[in-house]
Amino acid sequence: MTTIAEELARLEEIVRRLESDDVELDAALALFEEGVSRLRAARERLLTAELQVQAVLEEAGGDLRTAELDD
Amino acid sequence: MSLSIPSLAIAPTDAVWSVSQLTTAARRLVESGFMPIWVRGELVGCKAWPSGHWYFTLRDATSQVRCCMFKLDAQRAGKPPADGTEVFALCRPGIYEAKGEFQLKVTRIIPTAAIGRQQQELERVRAVLQKDGLFDLARKRPLPEYASAIAVVTSRAGAAVGDIITVSRKRWPCARLFVLHARVQGDGAVDELVRALRRVNRLKVDLCILARGGGDKEDLAAFNAEPVCRALAAVRVPTISAVGHEIDISFTDLVADVRAPTPSAAAELAFADQREVLRQLDDLAARLGSGLGGRARLATERLERTRDRMQGAVAALVERHHHQLERLGAQLDALSPLRVLDRGYAVPVALDGRVLKRRAEFLPGERFRLRVADGDVPARVEPE
Repeated sequence: MTTIAEELARLEEIVRRLESDDVELDAALALFEEGVSRLRAARERLLTAELQVQAVLEEAGGDLRTAELDD
Repeated sequence: MSLSIPSLAIAPTDAVWSVSQLTTAARRLVESGFMPIWVRGELVGCKAWPSGHWYFTLRDATSQVRCCMFKLDAQRAGKPPADGTEVFALCRPGIYEAKGEFQLKVTRIIPTAAIGRQQQELERVRAVLQKDGLFDLARKRPLPEYASAIAVVTSRAGAAVGDIITVSRKRWPCARLFVLHARVQGDGAVDELVRALRRVNRLKVDLCILARGGGDKEDLAAFNAEPVCRALAAVRVPTISAVGHEIDISFTDLVADVRAPTPSAAAELAFADQREVLRQLDDLAARLGSGLGGRARLATERLERTRDRMQGAVAALVERHHHQLERLGAQLDALSPLRVLDRGYAVPVALDGRVLKRRAEFLPGERFRLRVADGDVPARVEPE
């Protein structure tokens, strides 16, 4: 899954290309559609996310494992 | 000789205090007048009672004051200092009502020599870290713009972890926090902090926060320890040190890439604000719409230009054809027989309208008409 940072960067690129003069109309439409669906997904992701908090523990063998942190 | 009677000096309306009322009032007055304070002095005559309490005297060249230290604080302090030790004592001034005595209730004792040693150790650590460049501004890394996974090294018993969770949940709920527990004060704190910081390098995180809540100087000692500072410097992702409250500074604050005054402030620095990003998305949505609008306008303009050019082409075509028609018309005109008549020719036409073209068509005596430019002339074929 891409990060929000990557999503924002891609959206910024889409908007910049749409704003430039050298993109054909059908390419512009495709960019627009991609932009709209990415925007919707990013917004959804931000609004439905729940913070994950995990404790990092070291096992006897030296491996790390995570466990839900009871706060 | 007359004897004065003291009782006569007291009017019936004068208030009379009992001793205990007075000592209680004095105690309240003294206790409300001071916050806990540090007092420096020479400690003498310390007696540890079976109850666990300690009683001793603090003095300097000209004054002395009685002190007591209750069981729990005395246990924490360990052994009573030797007679004559110079100490700093953390205390609250008060009055011991049973004896009407001014006294200090002491909660902590630190020999001044120990402070001296601590100070020397601090100076040593500062010097070596400085020499090795751990405080250099040039090695400070910028924090990631949108961190999504963060390691938090702190005590799970402290308030820091709760503060960080609260702020993170509000600012950037799509984040993951990895909490690495370490004691942050007392025996073993240095080792545990070093181990936790090393573990951070085995996690996939964007950032590391080293945190604890505020406390007195002693409690910050682990964050001034050389091994902890070096382990922090070796963390491979950018680091934030949030170790004291605003007034305390530790060496980890100087080694970390960024210093935050409190754990909450560290979480604010660590995470982007979701509301900001939502606003940014709104802005992108608006630009997306107007960007497409612009493209569509451009396309319409291009179509309009094309239509204009087509219309122009058709008009030019029509114009050209018009000229051609005129020329043809002129040619036709020139070919018209009437034009020929103009030049003096005449056309014989039989009475039935036939044009007479051959000699045999002219019968002697027959009438016909001669068509000239401006009309007909009657004519007859002469006999041969």
